[in-house]
Amino acid sequence: MNQSSFSVESAAGSRSRFAGFRLLVPGLLWTIVFCLLPMIVVLAVSFATRGTYGGVVWEFSLDNYRDLLHPLYGRIFGQSLLMAGMTTGLCLALGFPLAYYIARLPPRRQALWLVLIMIPFWTNFLVRTYAWIFILRTEGLLNTVLIQLHLISTPLDLLYSNQAVLLGLAYGYLPFMVLPLYAAIERVDPALIEAARDLYADRWSLFRRVLLPLTKPGMIAGCVLVFIPSLGAFLTPDLLGGARSMMVGNLIQHEYLVARDWPLGSALSLVLMLMVMGSLLWYFRAQAPQAGAGGGR
Amino acid sequence: MWLRGISGLSLAFLYLPIIVLVVFSFNASRLSAVWQGFSWHWYGVLRHDEALLAAAANSLWVAALSTSIVVLLGVPAAMGLERLRGRGRRSLETIFLLPLVLPEVMMGVALLLFFVMIRWPLSLATVVIGHAAFNLPVVIVMVRARLQKLDPRLEEAARDLGASAWQTFCRITWPLVRPAVLGAALLAFTISLDDFIVTFFVAGPGSTTLPLRVYSMIKSGISPEINALSSVLVLSSMGLVGLSLAFQRR
Amino acid sequence: MPVSRYVVSVLGVATICLLAWSGCDRSRETHSQGGSGAIATLHYFTWSDYVSPELIHEFEQMHGARVIVDTFSSNEELLAKLQGGATGYDVTVPSDFMVSVMAAQGMLAELDPAALPNLNTLEPHLQHPAFDPMHRYAVPYLWGTVGIGYDSAVVTPPPDSWDVLWDGRYRGRISMLNDQREVFGAVLRSMGQSMNTTDPTMVEAAKQQLIAQKPLVKTYASEHYDQLLASGDVVLAQGWGGPVARAMRDRPSIRYVVPKEGGTIWADCLVVLRASPNKALAMQFINFLIDARVAARTSERLLFAASNREARAWIRKDILENPAVYPPAELIPRMEWMKDVGKAMRIYDRAWTELKMQ
Repeated sequence: MNQSSFSVESAAGSRSRFAGFRLLVPGLLWTIVFCLLPMIVVLAVSFATRGTYGGVVWEFSLDNYRDLLHPLYGRIFGQSLLMAGMTTGLCLALGFPLAYYIARLPPRRQALWLVLIMIPFWTNFLVRTYAWIFILRTEGLLNTVLIQLHLISTPLDLLYSNQAVLLGLAYGYLPFMVLPLYAAIERVDPALIEAARDLYADRWSLFRRVLLPLTKPGMIAGCVLVFIPSLGAFLTPDLLGGARSMMVGNLIQHEYLVARDWPLGSALSLVLMLMVMGSLLWYFRAQAPQAGAGGGR
Repeated sequence: MWLRGISGLSLAFLYLPIIVLVVFSFNASRLSAVWQGFSWHWYGVLRHDEALLAAAANSLWVAALSTSIVVLLGVPAAMGLERLRGRGRRSLETIFLLPLVLPEVMMGVALLLFFVMIRWPLSLATVVIGHAAFNLPVVIVMVRARLQKLDPRLEEAARDLGASAWQTFCRITWPLVRPAVLGAALLAFTISLDDFIVTFFVAGPGSTTLPLRVYSMIKSGISPEINALSSVLVLSSMGLVGLSLAFQRR
Repeated sequence: MPVSRYVVSVLGVATICLLAWSGCDRSRETHSQGGSGAIATLHYFTWSDYVSPELIHEFEQMHGARVIVDTFSSNEELLAKLQGGATGYDVTVPSDFMVSVMAAQGMLAELDPAALPNLNTLEPHLQHPAFDPMHRYAVPYLWGTVGIGYDSAVVTPPPDSWDVLWDGRYRGRISMLNDQREVFGAVLRSMGQSMNTTDPTMVEAAKQQLIAQKPLVKTYASEHYDQLLASGDVVLAQGWGGPVARAMRDRPSIRYVVPKEGGTIWADCLVVLRASPNKALAMQFINFLIDARVAARTSERLLFAASNREARAWIRKDILENPAVYPPAELIPRMEWMKDVGKAMRIYDRAWTELKMQ
């Protein structure tokens, strides 16, 4: 009995491993042709030169990367990193209490709240950004209400600023922070929290000593899910920032569609990609020790 | 409790813009945020805006087609990944999940360059391809999550009883995996409908989609027609969410 | 239960097939050569505010054709899209200097004067423009100036120089165009230089001035500055005359001025793309658009001046006399046409990026 099942298993195993690979092939081909190959094209173009009217001239040159060393581009990357970082921080600050609250609700209410959080995400991003334009502009809702309530006499200058961009980004990516956080908090054994309370821990110690270490993977997941898209954000700085500043996404679009300097744009894209990979590496490294320690349940 | 207050405020923050949009779509005035009377006028304008309706039709077509493609490619890929053992698996996983982690700007310009290099004219087809490329990992991740919870012994038992691979799939795997597939398809559909950046770079003649059209409308300034459009979109999003929930409760 | 699930899945598959088929149908149509049985289709790629559904319908009915319109919002976007392989367009509307760029790259088809009788009645200064004297490739369509729109109730005394955009009294209530050539053009003119200079030191000096101005600027907007003027968000806006004229309708105190140092005179031109499959139809479309009465209606709607001088007979008097729409004849010699600066574009690009980075 043992022997026969073993042989069936191994036959099935080798059969399914082969069959498994065959199933992969169409999807793999698609990804390679329409995702990997384009990346390689970008890499190649980043070493080429710009034609007089735009377009690509295939002469090898490191000029684009050398140009990127100009402090101007360093500042753009720096500012984008800062903006993405602040967005992540803001989302974390808003998202953690929300996730904690939901995780402690009874299960049916949890489902309801989660759905409520997801609905804005399912609404068109452009439309939600437009909503903020509508609210924040000089004759917009906020200023109109504040003036009519006599709280201010002249309209506030809210739109077309870095603050507006920060608000727009945090608003757009908040659900991405809340969901992983919720998943992580929900897995924390409530007995631990109670034990901490019994030992007279106040809210802050509770957070710092109990919740923070236990939910770290979830926090990092949420941070990565917010940080990476914010880094490459293009719409929000364009619409809410009033074209006064450039984030990396806008710069790349500018180089491709306005300056028509595709080699430079490609070099920029690659640097952006390196930054993204960097964040991901940090994410994976942060996960690894956790897999050993906190996995036990 | 203060936690409840903050959570309530956060939720209000999430919904405020949407509610504002819907409410003011009924505002008779064009420019100001001062309420000047209830009116259906802007919905009428919306209904007759041919360019917008054409763009919406394009969006729906692109979403439907790209979703079908990713489901057809993604479900087998997820199953294949699950079954695979050994070192190759890690690298294959990375390749598949690559589009998920790339910023959209990168995907957009990479695809644009790629199509230019191979001299493939930009059109609605290139938009479909772009959407299918970045939605594939979404389907794979969601279906795999479901597959991982499946008891492998069910499939083995079916094979032991003499079922062919196809029969096993139809009778055992598919019914168990179907809710995840439908959920993933709905998610991919929504993402495709909503996509702006990749579409912006690879759209060709006659392939203006709804987000592209909305973008140029927004750049031209405030118009309650956009509010009216937003209300319609919000309602349909809620409808889609309801549908996805209904599927998942099966 | 099982029956309804079966029905749903069949319907789903059927819907997908139907959609795919209709999509193929759509693309088949758009690539039709206008052969017997199939409707000839024209692809029109134009500025986002130039589209008029009723005029399109008129043309469609007159010629039994179908017109599909796509839009862009800047010359650079147009060129980038065309260079990026967006073939399939028949007629597009580049600005004057972009015509030379596109012609140099061989993108444009030669026009047949016999198909364009309305060419004979162009405005005097448009009859032999520097960028295409013999109208080989381009037909001027709409023209105008770039100047300053301002709220005369707030900005006193009435400005007459580009320097007013640097006036600290209007801090935070100024808008500039989001167009690097126009913005640098304004500064260069105020410095007494040509806006087509390729001298790096001049561009550098202009950049410094713009950086000094930036704290006063609310936004760089090429598209909705008319709304900003009308709502009072800004009181000074660099802009094309047409949108400022539109703002005048919402707020009567708005005025338009072309500064004494001179500004840009521009003309958007209709061209046929070399890759177009429907050149004859394309030229009929162009002739239709520059017809005196059609052009007059476009002028009245968009508040840009029409290239056909006979259109003047059909345009309302108040529009004809509005300097934002029809600049006074004596002004025209003082204005400068924008020219392509070739390799020096890189200098402008860098300077623009630096400006945005402040």
